[in-house]
Amino acid sequence: MPKRAAIRAEAARLRAVFEARGAVVVETPVLQPAEVLLDLYGEDIRARAYVTSDALRGEQMLRPDFTVPVVQMHMEHGAEPARYTYAGEVFRRQEDDASRTNEYTQVGYELFERDAPDTADAEVFSLIYNILKPLGLRAATGDIGILTAAVNGLNTTQRRKQALMRHIWRPNRFRALIERFSGRAPVPASRLALLSDADPMAGATPLIGVRGPGEIQSRINALREDHAADPIAAEEVERIDAILSVRGTCPDALMRLRDIAGDMPSIAPAVQRLAQRLAALEALGIDPDNLEFEATYGRTQMEYYDGFVFGFYAENQPDLPAIASGGRYDALTRRLGQGREIPAVGGVIRPGLVLGLGGLT
Amino acid sequence: MSVKLGVPSKGRLMEKTFDWFGQRGVQLGRAGSEREYAGFVQGVENVDLVLLSAGEIPRELAAGRIHLGVTGTDLVREKLGGWQSQVAELAELGFGHADLILAVPQAWVDVSNLDDLDAAAAAFRLTHGFRLRIATKYHRLVREFLRDNGVADYQLVDSQGATEGTVKNETAEAIADITSTGDTLRANHLKVLDDGLMLQSQATLFRSRMANLDGADSTTLANLLHKLGLTG
Repeated sequence: MPKRAAIRAEAARLRAVFEARGAVVVETPVLQPAEVLLDLYGEDIRARAYVTSDALRGEQMLRPDFTVPVVQMHMEHGAEPARYTYAGEVFRRQEDDASRTNEYTQVGYELFERDAPDTADAEVFSLIYNILKPLGLRAATGDIGILTAAVNGLNTTQRRKQALMRHIWRPNRFRALIERFSGRAPVPASRLALLSDADPMAGATPLIGVRGPGEIQSRINALREDHAADPIAAEEVERIDAILSVRGTCPDALMRLRDIAGDMPSIAPAVQRLAQRLAALEALGIDPDNLEFEATYGRTQMEYYDGFVFGFYAENQPDLPAIASGGRYDALTRRLGQGREIPAVGGVIRPGLVLGLGGLT
Repeated sequence: MSVKLGVPSKGRLMEKTFDWFGQRGVQLGRAGSEREYAGFVQGVENVDLVLLSAGEIPRELAAGRIHLGVTGTDLVREKLGGWQSQVAELAELGFGHADLILAVPQAWVDVSNLDDLDAAAAAFRLTHGFRLRIATKYHRLVREFLRDNGVADYQLVDSQGATEGTVKNETAEAIADITSTGDTLRANHLKVLDDGLMLQSQATLFRSRMANLDGADSTTLANLLHKLGLTG
């Protein structure tokens, strides 16, 4: 385990590299209002972040990452385009595995840029790629945008699409919904009983609590509508499965996705963006043949990423977490921007892990 | 030195624990007056009885301050992260049964399972501008259960007692609590979700993996477990 002072020095050095590339150095408070993070991530964040409180400001969290406060700062008074860099500790609560570290240093680079998303993706990736080159890491990439495009393009009700979109980052629930919407999973007996009841609201007594009869009735209406809708066609489910199973070098994956897009035109623009990103990476001297692409990459751990995602791993130490990771988070800027939005992409390096692997010099 | 056995300090849990040990030839009892929290052990040498609140026994086991302890599985799993590395289950004692369940108002005819709850929570958040509240004192167990089952858009609100009343009082929309018969749930117009059983708990004898055992204590523990018909 490298010493704290050495990690700090390495973090400062990496931040200076980002600064030299035009990024403005920013600092964010360690204590973040819990409200914002809970709104974004829900109750799960409590298992991953330290919560504290006082009688004046209420609940606060020790910053679990920099992205959210940097986005907030930019949305308040940032010029465009903007490049930011930062270095500091993040805190991750550990509930089950005492061997995992609960405090570590991150150095990050975030790019807010409206006009050329593919070039922006390539800029962030290649910067980190070139910094980490001496370590000979394995680079993994993915693109959440292809799966969301596929869901949005399904020939089914808007409500079903919204339900699937809501659970893009929860693969098990996503799968359960697909099974149900496609008619592969049986309708539960309780649901059938409800649907065949001419007046289900008669049983809705006594009414207690905040959730009112109008809400119950409107969900019953939604369930009836859903029951009447055609199941999602088997071919469409197969195409979703085909997308989820895409894995290989970037050029192979692109070819496979283009094949699928032939039957599923809704993903064609997202696949085209992947092609443009690969071209942009190649223009920066990165050979796509050496990059892995996995369609499901980033689907379980990186919930605010909604487009390009990437991570760097030490192949001879598979138990180590990603040495660096990042991705595109356009939707996050929309949710934090209160009506405004700006496409954004960024990534972080963990200098402690970099030094543990022998360092960059 | 001695082997320390932690037992709930009052009520039916204490009495039933005394009975369970008594049936196996180890007499446990309280020393002195009703109000004094000191105890004795007969039938095996060098074992000390430590009377504790059932809720504190997991922590004492994890700290290694007691070698053995009787408490509910629910409390161990709620309070100890990675509980298997800190304690070992030696025997289920066959009493103190309680199910940790998730319940919603009976009037929610549209909600029978977790799938429904998740959909109702999404709609609730849109309608009310805050996430559906689930009252509980089992924060970790409930959060893990809901995460594993892919339920989102809820929030936990702390309730240390009278949890079944929180829905009527409009401080929560659903509850997660332990129940043995379900009578209190029904009396408060709540129903358990079809797949809302999170954990079946009962009084259990645990061994600490963290407590030091010198040579003599190790023999004492082996004797005690032998007498109880257990291998440790």
